[in-house]
Amino acid sequence: MKTLNTIRVALRALTRNKMRSFLTALGIIIGVGAVISMISIGQGAKKAVEDRFNSMGTNLLFVRPGSMSFRGRHGGSGTFNTLTPEDTEAISEKCNAVKYVSPSVSGRAQTVYQNKNWNTSIQGVGAYYPEIRNWPVEEGVFFDENMIKMFAKVCVLGSEVKKNLFEGEDSIGQVIRIKKIPFRVIGVLESKGESGGWFNRDDIIVIPYTTAQKRLLGITHVQSIDVSAVSAVRTNEAKEQIEELLRIRHRIAPGAEDDFHIRNMSEIAEGAAESSRILTYLLGGIASVSLLVGGIGIMNIMLVSVTERIREIGIRISVGAREKDILRQFLTEAIVLSILGGLIGIAVGIIASKLISHFAGWQTIVNIGSVALAFLFSGSVGVFFGFYPARKASKLDPIEALRYE
Amino acid sequence: MENNYLIKLENIARTYQVGETEVRALRGISLQIQQGDLVAIMGPSGSGKSTLMNIIGCLDKPTSGKYLLEAEEVSSFNKDRLAQIRNKKIGFVFQSFNLLPRTTALENTELPLLYSNVPSKKAREKAMEALSMVGLNGRELHNTNQLSGGEQQRVAIARALVNNPSLILADEPTGNLDTKTGAEIISLFQALNKDKNITMILVTHDPDIANISHKKIYIRDGLIVKQEST
Repeated sequence: MKTLNTIRVALRALTRNKMRSFLTALGIIIGVGAVISMISIGQGAKKAVEDRFNSMGTNLLFVRPGSMSFRGRHGGSGTFNTLTPEDTEAISEKCNAVKYVSPSVSGRAQTVYQNKNWNTSIQGVGAYYPEIRNWPVEEGVFFDENMIKMFAKVCVLGSEVKKNLFEGEDSIGQVIRIKKIPFRVIGVLESKGESGGWFNRDDIIVIPYTTAQKRLLGITHVQSIDVSAVSAVRTNEAKEQIEELLRIRHRIAPGAEDDFHIRNMSEIAEGAAESSRILTYLLGGIASVSLLVGGIGIMNIMLVSVTERIREIGIRISVGAREKDILRQFLTEAIVLSILGGLIGIAVGIIASKLISHFAGWQTIVNIGSVALAFLFSGSVGVFFGFYPARKASKLDPIEALRYE
Repeated sequence: MENNYLIKLENIARTYQVGETEVRALRGISLQIQQGDLVAIMGPSGSGKSTLMNIIGCLDKPTSGKYLLEAEEVSSFNKDRLAQIRNKKIGFVFQSFNLLPRTTALENTELPLLYSNVPSKKAREKAMEALSMVGLNGRELHNTNQLSGGEQQRVAIARALVNNPSLILADEPTGNLDTKTGAEIISLFQALNKDKNITMILVTHDPDIANISHKKIYIRDGLIVKQEST
């Protein structure tokens, strides 16, 4: 029997029992739809993470004190107080692969403006902070080297803080109190938007690091140094230069462990992308289970259908159908069901991911790869779960099949 | 002359294994049927006549003995070749019609052509022709469950005819019909035998069928007890 004829016979058999065919295909529809929409969520999350890190700049390096290794005497990272403002200056002077450097100290404090108050993160940074973080000032200005040298009591607000303290009023030139110390507002940073639900990047006040060290924290060291390399390709070079310089400055004997740690932004980005990739696999895996269940549904119905059509099979054998004709017919029915289900499932999956991004506001990405994968998978589900019932049908004894009531 | 025989059975035996015991349905049947014969096989139930039908119809293989159909030893054929023989050379008519449900008369008649790779347009023509031969003009597109018993049996006969077989095998073809429609079916068989020279083997209890046959074969306990030619 020719393939085209086989498909026609299969379609005829399926349309003879429309409701049952639809319900059988429904398992596959839901399975494929779930796989596609879940993967699209995972892909969207991955893209969002990558975008965010790219917006911060891939040529970013962070120098932090303390080693990450688990040695009892270290007491965790950040316990060394060896990074100093002088290190910062040395890096900017001696490392030619480095473009901008900004020391950084931070803490939390209560801030007050008139009758409103707000608890927020206080960042003490250098003058190049906006350039390094790719975070321009929206109104007013950022503080310069001079203000830093003079321990100026000036601050630049994150948009979230401005919203909470000023509620739409003009903030430039006003005086707010941080830990009861008056600071003049000279600028407001551009809004970066929510980052991940529990942590708002705009909830921040930026002040000169010297002021933060002296007035708020009472320290002389810096907690970290933000560095941007002259270009993304020279990030590693910059890292090596800084490493070499700091080992000399900190008088670390050759072979001894560093008392600082340099992390690359792209490393951090990769880590985050990796975790969202795992999320994609997880979601896809869970959705695949429903596709598997759909496949078992097909097998179930095909088995019922074989039993129900024993007489038909007997008739076909008696007029000259060979074993392989019967096998092919029932297998084709299963494959046609799963492929039709797969096609509808793809449409459902795409619509579902559009709806998810519309209503939940998540970015979703449907790529050709996941569609092709789901389609192939549904086709093989048809072959795999259709084979056993089809084989059962083809092995029927024609004499008994014809006599079957 | 060997070649005159359409069917030649030599000492055909068929044994079934039912649990521990052997059931000997046929115990050595030898017979010849000539091209153009109209043969009635008669006998009480359990005599082995259905088993004989199945073997002649290539649905079953003998345990021992030789079966020659058009001088080919079909008893040695494998399943696929037997399917081909059933498709090309043999047409079946059953007591309970055995048509596909929820399917039109035309589609039922086309069924054997589906398994012999006849192009669909040609298949349609041949099926229409076969249906008109059995007098079902104008009912081709009716579903089989909309047809009467006599009409359903005519569809079954058209299906048996459609591939121009050398042999039509009918198992109690009038068993589920009333006397009048039964008589119509019998005369249809007779006409096809006479006009188309198709060999017919009819298994029956019906004396009316026995009366029109050229040859009657009586079977009892798996053996031929009497052969009569008229």
